[in-house]
Amino acid sequence: MRSKDPQPRRAATLLCALLATLAALALLAVPASAGWLSPGAGPSGNAQKINTLYWIVLIISIPIFLGVEGALIYAMVKFRARKGAVAAQIRGNTRLEIGWTLGAAVIVVVLAVVTFAFLPAIRNPPPSGPEGLDLRRAGLTGEPVVEGGVGRQPPVPEDGQALNIDVNGQQYVWRYTYPDNDENDLNNVFAYEQMVVPTDTTVVLSIRAQDVAHSWWIPALGGKFDAIPGYTNYTWYNVSEPGVWGGRCAELCGRNHANMVASVRAVTPPEFQRWYTNKRREIAQANEAAARQRQQVESGTPAPGA
Amino acid sequence: MAAAETTTRTKTLQPLPQIVARTVERAPTGWLSWLTTTDHKRIGIMYLVSTFAFFLIGGAEALLMRVQLAVPENNLLDPSTYNALFTIHGTTMIFLFVVPIMAGFGNYVVPLMIGARDMAFPKLNALSFWLLTSGGLVFYASLFFNPVEVGWFAYAPLSTGAYSPNGGVDAWIFLIHLTGIGSLVGAINFYATIANMRAPGMGWGRLPLFVWTILIYSILLILALPVIAGAVTLLLTDRNFGTAFFDPSQGGDALLWQHLFWFFGHPEVYIMVLPAFGIISEVLPVFARKPIFGYKAIAAATVVIAFLGLLVWAHHMFATPSPDVLLAFFMISSFLISVPTGVKIFNWVATLWRGTIEFKTPLIFCIGFISLFVIGGITGVMLAVFPVDWQLTDTYFVVAHFHYVLVGGSVFAIFAGIYYWFPKITGRMMSEALGKFSFALMFIGFNATFLVQHSLGMEGMVRRVYEYPDIGSLAALNLVSTIGSFILGLGVLVTVVNVVRSVKKGTYAGPDPWKANTLEWFTESPPPVNNFDAVPRIRSVEPMKDIRRQVERQGALEPPHAAPAPEHSVTA
Repeated sequence: MRSKDPQPRRAATLLCALLATLAALALLAVPASAGWLSPGAGPSGNAQKINTLYWIVLIISIPIFLGVEGALIYAMVKFRARKGAVAAQIRGNTRLEIGWTLGAAVIVVVLAVVTFAFLPAIRNPPPSGPEGLDLRRAGLTGEPVVEGGVGRQPPVPEDGQALNIDVNGQQYVWRYTYPDNDENDLNNVFAYEQMVVPTDTTVVLSIRAQDVAHSWWIPALGGKFDAIPGYTNYTWYNVSEPGVWGGRCAELCGRNHANMVASVRAVTPPEFQRWYTNKRREIAQANEAAARQRQQVESGTPAPGA
Repeated sequence: MAAAETTTRTKTLQPLPQIVARTVERAPTGWLSWLTTTDHKRIGIMYLVSTFAFFLIGGAEALLMRVQLAVPENNLLDPSTYNALFTIHGTTMIFLFVVPIMAGFGNYVVPLMIGARDMAFPKLNALSFWLLTSGGLVFYASLFFNPVEVGWFAYAPLSTGAYSPNGGVDAWIFLIHLTGIGSLVGAINFYATIANMRAPGMGWGRLPLFVWTILIYSILLILALPVIAGAVTLLLTDRNFGTAFFDPSQGGDALLWQHLFWFFGHPEVYIMVLPAFGIISEVLPVFARKPIFGYKAIAAATVVIAFLGLLVWAHHMFATPSPDVLLAFFMISSFLISVPTGVKIFNWVATLWRGTIEFKTPLIFCIGFISLFVIGGITGVMLAVFPVDWQLTDTYFVVAHFHYVLVGGSVFAIFAGIYYWFPKITGRMMSEALGKFSFALMFIGFNATFLVQHSLGMEGMVRRVYEYPDIGSLAALNLVSTIGSFILGLGVLVTVVNVVRSVKKGTYAGPDPWKANTLEWFTESPPPVNNFDAVPRIRSVEPMKDIRRQVERQGALEPPHAAPAPEHSVTA
């Protein structure tokens, strides 16, 4: 038939080579770097579980990928037009078609079951570990400063004890407010950009936004949670070792979206306690100084240095 | 009427062909004739050419972005220019290229495939095209004032007046309205044409699969477009007339925008990819010299995908503050949609199986499509697992995923369609050598650009950032991606050269150069204004195969100069 024409054979070879390169690249990438192939597991249980779930899904999908690409390459090599070859006039095969429909359905059922099996460990925070900060003694048992907003229920560990930090997204910075046990929300410890937390302690974040939508993401400490004005979103983490983990806003929030960075610095509970007490003292001192200044202004004596 | 004739098929009756076209109208010439035409073929050509021009513009925008991202902390583009670029790139590729080019193929090919004289409403057809063009013009005109910077998804509140006060968003809303009305009118036209104007004997079970996908594409457009039209109208009144649908400080709801947008936005994905499936289903059997494997399963899978496609929208919103039951529902519905999609892929591979495959450029693009679309499908299932999505969403992993679906999928199918139907549209063949060269560049360039972007996402690179720090292997992977994008661009240019060259210099194609299966190959290339002098009665999904077989049979009995007349013709 068309066998005199060398073109089809060359094209088939070229195409197979291309597909084979693609498959080889995908396989070679396995030992290359774990960071290239998976979102990675940080020092927090939720991120580790997500990573395991990711690997299960990836491993289930590899045979499907290889099967389809393999069948495609095989068909191209084996069934290319040659002299004397006749195409089989097959219009379908009901058994085969029902078979692969059911096969695909079974795979997605397995994926759903695996996901639901992993979900509780990802969603629900565990209690703080034995090395964690004693929140009662530290005076940090306060609720987050939630000012209304609808959405999910906050996750609470079984023992009811978690360090509740308020995360507020604004163009283009993250602000964190720490709880205390008094009624005055204006004297709470707060920080921008870097969040300091104690290790081995369950931290629950209440995520909100005050202008446009943002998305909270520290890859090593679990997934993204959108900060949407009018809503409160929640996530948690429990960092097992001291260190600094970076991340950035993941939802387009305007021109400086790329520079809206965040980081979490985990320190040992005693160190955290020192940092926190220090901050409280600084705030108290600043408040006292401000009160003095107000008094002086009100009584008419000029403030020193004014 | 067609269905009635199917059931009252007669075996013995063999009337003479009745021809009503006693004179063949001369095709009008001159630029004015193009402006005023209502001929589906000319409108189809204008669709194909103008949308491809938008594809080249959108591609140039993509290359500019890749240049900016080639090295870490680049300061070539400022953030507002970069934000404008990715917004205009996404909007162009979706609203001005992939969706309307499918309408272009549909316009040209559907009436020919079903044996019709024209579309059901030729004047509405022209209106559709000119609405699309004006939508593109008003949108690109905003480039000279304040281009839109809020992403093609235009999330509120960022897109509201308080945060994006300039007119770019309004120009974008105008584009959505104009192209939306154009597509809606076009969709109704396709539906009316396919439902009413099929050749005698062409029941639903003999409708070419490309026509099936254009039918479902039209239904999806009719269902999804009013929702986005409503949503952007709410945004328009929020921005300009003091309403607060999306402003939480006045009792509005910022998440409402996301639900409305994705209720349209996800069916839009299937609007872009179903006609691509249709092209694949037409081209594969022609070059494998084998009937499509499981015609009914493929047609049914198209319908099921469209139905499920309307129920998966919130998988774009897994990271929002939504209850777990909602996330679980949308995970499962997204899983389910992979079943009919998988069925299609298996059927296509089975179509090649035991065929005699001729490696012409259209077929090679189809194989490229299957091999790349599988990857996009698998990463899609991974993203549907919502805890995994929490890590991957809004990173380059997602960018890679949907480019595998929309470039590896839709664009490769569009190129298959261009190479396949070019001989019909122009009457000339395209260069096979240039076609294969173009494919090789595009395939290599595409994978170099987007395969590494999966890893970029895993390493934590988020989307829509104009710069990134030099950490991990971000710099190396981004450089690979940028180099790949230029190879991909070069591959596209080779096809442009091929088209320009072949229009004038290609060898004559004749009516049926591929020995194809469907009715558009029954008429001359290019087809005359009236398409068909006579339309044969349709007896299977592959009417041209029946006709060729009949001609061969008659040739064996009669002298070789016997005319290849259809056995049972009716008025065109």
